[in-house]
Amino acid sequence: MTRQYHPGQPTVVVGVGNEFRRDDGAGPAVISRLRALQPGDEGLSRVTLALSDGEPGRMIDLWEGARLAVVIDAVRDTIMPPGHTCQLTVDALAGHLTGTADGAASSHGIGLGDTVELARVLGRLPARLTVLAVVGRDFGFGTELTAEVAAAVTELVEQVREIVR
Amino acid sequence: MHVKVRGGAVQDVRLEIYEPPRFFEALLRGRRHTEPPDITARICGICPVAYQMSACLAIEAACGIEVSDAVTDLRRLLYCGEWIESHALHIYLLHAPDFLGYASALDLARNGRGTGLVERGLKLKKAGNAIMELVGGRAIHPVNVRVGGFYRAPSKTEVASLAENLRVALDLALDTVTWAAGFEFPDFHHDHEMLALVTPGQYAIDRGTVASTGGLSFGPAEFEDYVIEEQVPHSTALHARLAGRGRYLTGPTARYTLSRQWLSPLARQAADAAGLGADCRNPFRSILVRAVEVVYAVDEALRLIDRYEPPAPCYLEVPPRAAVGHGATEAPRGVLFHRYAIDAAGLITSARIVPPTSQNQASIEDDLRRFVGDRLDLDDQQLTRQCEQAIRNYDPCISCSTHFLDLTVDRG
Repeated sequence: MTRQYHPGQPTVVVGVGNEFRRDDGAGPAVISRLRALQPGDEGLSRVTLALSDGEPGRMIDLWEGARLAVVIDAVRDTIMPPGHTCQLTVDALAGHLTGTADGAASSHGIGLGDTVELARVLGRLPARLTVLAVVGRDFGFGTELTAEVAAAVTELVEQVREIVR
Repeated sequence: MHVKVRGGAVQDVRLEIYEPPRFFEALLRGRRHTEPPDITARICGICPVAYQMSACLAIEAACGIEVSDAVTDLRRLLYCGEWIESHALHIYLLHAPDFLGYASALDLARNGRGTGLVERGLKLKKAGNAIMELVGGRAIHPVNVRVGGFYRAPSKTEVASLAENLRVALDLALDTVTWAAGFEFPDFHHDHEMLALVTPGQYAIDRGTVASTGGLSFGPAEFEDYVIEEQVPHSTALHARLAGRGRYLTGPTARYTLSRQWLSPLARQAADAAGLGADCRNPFRSILVRAVEVVYAVDEALRLIDRYEPPAPCYLEVPPRAAVGHGATEAPRGVLFHRYAIDAAGLITSARIVPPTSQNQASIEDDLRRFVGDRLDLDDQQLTRQCEQAIRNYDPCISCSTHFLDLTVDRG
């Protein structure tokens, strides 16, 4: 299926998460920092910065037609330590971050991996999709990131600036 | 989910939910009376408008403010957007794959014909999304709603721009009903008392009197006299019952059963053609009712757009007074009740929120008890799958239900 380009929106950066669930707010925190930097950063000037709660329909709408989409999301991991970041391409995502669409009891729970896969099947992926994942430690209630994830946010901001440049 | 079987019969079914309480009601205490729409919108990412609308009604009732018809209409339009979004999501990405033999929407989309079906669902959903973005200010946790009205009323031109997509969506919604009517539904019926808001002359969405199939009728201010919420030992989710009567059910099938006559002619025609009768007591057919409600919501949105005049002023100041106010609206999943007590300075002294899921919890367990009883010959894996389908009828708001379902069957 042909991927369409939106001339006014060649690159989109999406922060996924809930800023009221501690480390799940990593994605939104990165977007907040990028917004502050945007006026003085030529590389970011034509980038659309967006927030998402991960709902698949809206997520696909955000990145469809983009030349490049960068998605930042916090993840749980039992091996890598909190604050660890990794960069995943679409192909590397296959088999990761999934496990929700099969057997979800509620429409409240469809994950990023499923959304990426759904977009792929529907031919609605951006031309290039990069996911920046950060391992969270605490997904409980609260607006503060843990120290490990807060430190990683600085690193992620720089990674995004490098990727979109 | 724990099932206890003795002597070849189901003795007990418990849906054990261990989601930590979120303390929203406690969080609201001490906050300004203008804050609940923004705070409670955060309770749900899928139905934030429902929380905002119930909160506004309750606070306005406490302060003795009645908003203009134009504001009421704009609220209803926003609410239609949420119904379209929420129902389309549930129908296409969650529920339909069960009926078509797919494990998920992803598997459905991988099928040649299924790709178009999922696309249709997403397109339909997007029409609701556009209403949310324009009227609500953004699609997630809208920011344009305030106690007394809206921060900004969209212009007539802006609102009219929604119509074109909605006209396309209306065809998609009608196709959805026809499609869902062809599903094979398990022969399963319940006898729960059904409860929903009713607004004579109009399908209840944004306000109404509480009514039940058992003949109850009471205003939102009396809600707590009739509805008792209680802790149960096996779950952190509260269970609700009707005082002196027992379990009950709220949600699309209850709304349809109590308000069918107030569907728009087009939606009623679609319901008739789909074979939905005067009432709906088969929870598996709730997908069909949701599809009819999408037709209604799109049709109603178009009607509201057609007659839209920007409310002026777009909000009323709501000076506080020491009082208690109650509000109830029809969230996509059923009646959503709010009650706030505020003091003369406008600070909230107590808050109570009763969402649809807690109201349905006892009925869901009862459904499962009977459902499992007829399927004890299945192995645990097959039984788990079928129970998940039965629970998906209700699309419960269980935020950590993504790794659902952990079934244990104690067969004695």
